[in-house]
Amino acid sequence: MTTDVTADPLGASIKRVEDPRFITGAGNYVDDIKLASMAHMAILRSPYAHANIRSIDTSAATSMPGVVAVFVGADIPYNPMPMAWPAGGSAGIQNNVSTPRTLATDSVKWTGEGVAAVVADTEAQAFDALDAIVVDYEPLPAVVDADKAIQPGAPQLHENAPNNIVFEWTVGDKAGTDAAIDGAEVVVRQRIVNQRLIPNPMETRGDIGWYNPGTDEYTIWMSSQTPHIQRLLLAAFVMGVPEHKIRCISPDVGGAFGTKIFCYTDYALVLFASKALAGRPVKWIESRTENYQSTIHGRDHITHLEIAGKRDGEITGLRVKTLANLGGRLSTIGPGIPTTLYGRVLSGCYKIPNVYAEVTGVYTNTTFVDAYRGAGRPEATYVIERAVDLFAAEIGMDRAEIRRRNFIAPDQFPYDNPSGLGTASGGAKIYIDSGNYEPAMDKALAMAGYGDLAAKKAEARTRGKLLGLGLSTYIEVCGVAPSKWIGAVGEGWGAAMWESANIKMHLTGKTVVTMGTQPQGQGHETTYSQIISHELGIPMEDIVIQHSDTQGTPFGYGSYGSRTSSVGSTAAIKAAGKIREKARRMAAHMLEASVDDIEVDGAKYFVKGSPDRVKTIQEIAFAIDLAFDPPEGMEPYLDETAYYDTPNCTWPFGTHIALVEIDEETGVVELTRYLAVDDVGKKINPMIVDGQLHGGIAQGVGQALWEGAIYDDQGQLLTGSMLDYTVPRASFFPNIELDETVTPSPVNPLGVKGVGEAGAIASTAAVANAVIDALSPLGIRHLDMPYTPQTVWRAIQGSKGGPA
Amino acid sequence: MIPAAFAYQRPASIEEALRILGANPGAKALAGGQSLLPLLKLRLATVDTLVDIGRLPGLRGVRPLGDGRLAVGALTTYSDLLESPAKEYGLLRDALPHIGDVQVRNRGTVGGAIAHSDPASDLPACLLALDAELVIRSASGERTTAVDGFFEGAFATGLLPGELLTEIRLPGPRDDAGSAYVSLQQSASGYALVGVAAVVITDGVGGIKAAMVALTGVSDRAFRARAVESALAGSDGSDASIAASATHATDGIEVSSDIHADRAYRTAMAVVYTRRAIEAALARLR
Repeated sequence: MTTDVTADPLGASIKRVEDPRFITGAGNYVDDIKLASMAHMAILRSPYAHANIRSIDTSAATSMPGVVAVFVGADIPYNPMPMAWPAGGSAGIQNNVSTPRTLATDSVKWTGEGVAAVVADTEAQAFDALDAIVVDYEPLPAVVDADKAIQPGAPQLHENAPNNIVFEWTVGDKAGTDAAIDGAEVVVRQRIVNQRLIPNPMETRGDIGWYNPGTDEYTIWMSSQTPHIQRLLLAAFVMGVPEHKIRCISPDVGGAFGTKIFCYTDYALVLFASKALAGRPVKWIESRTENYQSTIHGRDHITHLEIAGKRDGEITGLRVKTLANLGGRLSTIGPGIPTTLYGRVLSGCYKIPNVYAEVTGVYTNTTFVDAYRGAGRPEATYVIERAVDLFAAEIGMDRAEIRRRNFIAPDQFPYDNPSGLGTASGGAKIYIDSGNYEPAMDKALAMAGYGDLAAKKAEARTRGKLLGLGLSTYIEVCGVAPSKWIGAVGEGWGAAMWESANIKMHLTGKTVVTMGTQPQGQGHETTYSQIISHELGIPMEDIVIQHSDTQGTPFGYGSYGSRTSSVGSTAAIKAAGKIREKARRMAAHMLEASVDDIEVDGAKYFVKGSPDRVKTIQEIAFAIDLAFDPPEGMEPYLDETAYYDTPNCTWPFGTHIALVEIDEETGVVELTRYLAVDDVGKKINPMIVDGQLHGGIAQGVGQALWEGAIYDDQGQLLTGSMLDYTVPRASFFPNIELDETVTPSPVNPLGVKGVGEAGAIASTAAVANAVIDALSPLGIRHLDMPYTPQTVWRAIQGSKGGPA
Repeated sequence: MIPAAFAYQRPASIEEALRILGANPGAKALAGGQSLLPLLKLRLATVDTLVDIGRLPGLRGVRPLGDGRLAVGALTTYSDLLESPAKEYGLLRDALPHIGDVQVRNRGTVGGAIAHSDPASDLPACLLALDAELVIRSASGERTTAVDGFFEGAFATGLLPGELLTEIRLPGPRDDAGSAYVSLQQSASGYALVGVAAVVITDGVGGIKAAMVALTGVSDRAFRARAVESALAGSDGSDASIAASATHATDGIEVSSDIHADRAYRTAMAVVYTRRAIEAALARLR
C-alpha cells in the first residue's frame, strides 16, 4: 500500500490494511492454527429439545479407531457457565438462573445442548465415534413459544423458574402512563412479534485448548470478541483456576455480530480435555449445523404495545409489555438485552412524557438468545417506529409530520428519557447528550422524493404493483458504557466497560500499539493506525496495531455495542498524549530549551519562534529509548499506557427510508430503493463507515423480508441450515444510497459515535413500515415479519375475503 | 461437516465405470458433486463407494445430431450448456443463469441434476417441456427413454442399479415455437418453490397449436401438466384462454407443503407461474 505520508490520514477513506491478508487467504483464524500433536474434539448434541438423561454409555466409542478419550458431564468438575447480566442488576429483581454446564449432566433443554465429547487423533475419527455413544433419554414435552411457556400446564424447564419465568422487570412510571393512556383522545394497540434470528457469522466458532503441565497454565485460542472477559469468567466463575494461569488468544475473527461475546461451554471443554490428556492440545471447530443449534440466537420478542395521544399528533403515552424468549438456559448476558438495552430506549427519538414497560424473560426449549447486532435496540426501534406509524394511520396524519411533531428538539438536550436511562440507582446516569433529528429526516425525504409518493404509487398500480415507502427515524445508544452506570446497582452487569491502549515507540521510530479491543472484521488495524498517525505525526506504515491476546495487551472489554471507535479510540488518543508529553520533555532537554517553549507540529518538536531548532519524534524516540542522556528523573523508553472510561454513551441517529413494490398476485416483495441519512458524528474512515452501514442495513432488511428461525412443536429447528434459513445476498439488494448529517459527539475528543449497529437498528423498521404502507390500501395495518411471499400473499387474500 | 467413510474409485473409461457400478449395488456415481457431496458432508446420505465419473472422456459437451437434435453429454456443466447451441432455447436462457451460484454452475452437471431428481430442481422441468430423450448405459448395453416418466419421486428415477445416464437429447429449435421458464425461488436455497417451463407452438395465425408445460417444486417430482397442455392446444392464445388453461396446473397432483410454502400457496402460485410461463413463451414469438 502506498499513502501520502505527508497527508493527515484521519478522516480519509484509506483502504483497509488488513484486507490483503483476508482476501488472499493469508489470515490466521482458529482453524488455521495447527499445533504439534494436536487432537480433535467433536461434541455429541441432544436430538431432543427436552429430555432427562438416564444414562450415557461411551464404551463402544472409546474403543473406536483413533479415539483418545470420551467425556461426559459427570467427568467435569467445573461450575455452570456464568450469567453476568441479570435483569435489573442486583436491585431486588429476582432472576431465576439456569446456565449450561460444560456438558449436560441430568437433562437437556434444547436440541443441540452438548451431552458428550469425543477427542480423537483426527476430526473424522471424532465425528465417527459420536455415533457409537449411546444416550438413554427420557423425552419430555417441549415448549418453544414464550406465550405458551408461561401458560398454566406448560412443560416446566427448571425447578427454580416457576411458569418458566426468568424475571419480571419493569421500567418507567406505571401510574402516570396508565393515566395518560386512560385519558387519551386516541389509543392504538397492537401485538407485534419480533421473530428469532440466527446471526450467521461467516466463520463459525472454534477453539484450541492447551494445558501446559510444566507451568500449570492454560492457553486457549478462541474466536471471540472478548478474550479478556473470557479469561476472567473462565477463571473466576467456571474453572476455579487463577486468572493469571489462563491465557486467551483471539486471532483473526471472521465475523461475530455479537455471537462471540459470550462464555461458551466449549471453551471450558477444550481446556478440560487438554488437561485430562496431560497437555495434548485439543481443537474443536464448530460446524454450521452446530452454529445454528448452539451458538446464540437473537431477538424473539412478543410485544403488546399501546400508544396514546391527541388527534393533533402529540404522542402522550407508550405502554409496552414484552415477552422475551431467552432459550432453554441463559447465555452470558441474555437478561440484560431485553431490559437495559431495550426497555430503557423504547421511546426512541421522541419526547413521549409517559412511558412504561414490562419485560418478562421466559425459558423455552430453544437455543439461548443473547446480543445480536444491535442487541435490544433493533427490537425497541421496531416497536416505537411501528407504533408511531400505527398512530399516524389512526389519526390520518402524515408519517413524516407526526415524527417532526414529536422529535426531541435540538434545545432539549441533554435529554433524560422517561424510560429510566437517567434514573438508574447508584447515582450514575446516562442521558441523550446531543441530536438534531429533523435535518436528517428532511434530507432523507428529499432523496426519496417523498412529495411524489402518491404519483409513484399510482404509477406502480398500473404495473400491478403495490408501492410502499417506510420511514425509520432511529436513535441508538452506542459507545457502551460508563463503568459507574453499567456496573451500577440496579442497572448493568457486574463489571466495568472502560478501555485501554498501550503505545511503544521503538528505537527506530516504528510504533506498536496494543489495544484491549478485539476486531472481528471492522478494520480496527486501519482506523487505529489513522488515529495514531494523526496524533503522533508518523506514517501509518510505521504503526502496527496489536490486539487479541491477553498476554501482552492491556485488559480491555472487547468490541461490541459500537464501542471501539468511541471508547477504544479515546484510550489510544490518551496514550498518544502521554507519548507526546514525554517526547516534549525529552525534546526540551535535547534542544536545551524550556519544556514550555517546545511546540509540536506533527512529528516535529521545535523551540517556539525557532523552527530550525527542531527534533523529530523519531529522533526523540531514539534518544530516550537509548537513554544515554535523559533529563533528570526521566525513565527510558517511549512506552505509555492509558485507560479510558467514557462519561456517557454516544447517541447516533438518522432517518432510513425503504421503498418496496409488492406483486399483488404472488406476494413477492421487492426492495426497490434503500436510502439512509445517518449521523454517526465524525468519521475516522468514511469508507469503513459506509461498509458498516451497508452490512448492518442488509442484516436488518434480512429480518424484515427473509430471515426467521422456525422450530416445530417438539423443539426441532426446521431452519437448520442455509438451505432453509435465508442469509441475505448482495443480489437481493438495490444500491444502498447513503448520506449524512454530522453532529459531533460531545463525549469524546474525536466526536465519533460508533456505527457497527446503526444499520441493523434502523433498517428493519424502515422495511416493515414500507411493506405495511404498500398494503394499507387493502386495509392492512400490521403484519408480522418476515414478509415472505406466502405471508404477504395470505394477508392480501385475507383482505379480499379469501383464504387467510 | 465431515462425511462418513466411503471408498473412492475413479475409473478411466465408461466401461470401467459401468463395471464398478454394476458390481456394487451400494456404489453411487459422482459427477459435479454439487448435490451429492453436501448431502454426504451433512451425513444426510452415506455411500459405500463413490465412483467418480467427473473426468470420463466423451461425456462432456454439446454436439448436433444429424436430424437437427442436440446431444448433451451428461457431464456438460450448466455453464457449458449456456454457452452451447442449446442457448437457442429461451427457457434454458431463463433457467440456467439462476441455478446455484457461479461455482455450482461451473461444477454441477446436467446429467447429475437429472439423475438426482431433486423435486425442486429447475432443469427437470425444462427437459420435460422440451420433451427430451435420455440415453442410459449399463454393462449390458444402452437404452433410450423419454424424460417424461423418468422422474419417479423425490430423488428417485427410472435408473436401474448399474445404469449411468450418459446423454440427453434435445429436439432441434424450431421457428414456430417459443419457450420460457419462470420460477418463484425459495430465498434461502434458490431452489424453486414453484418453477414452470413452457414450450408453445403456434398455428401461424395467432392461435396455439400445441404446448408442453412442466412444473417443478410443486410436488415430489417434476411433472408435465397435461390438463394445461390440452386446454391450450387449439386455443386462440388470448389472455383469457391462457389464464383459463393455467388453472389446471396442479390437476391430479399431490401438492407439497413445507415451511416455505404450504399447499394452498403453492397451488395458487402454480397457477400464476404457469400463466406467466405461457405468456412469456408466447412473447418470445412476437
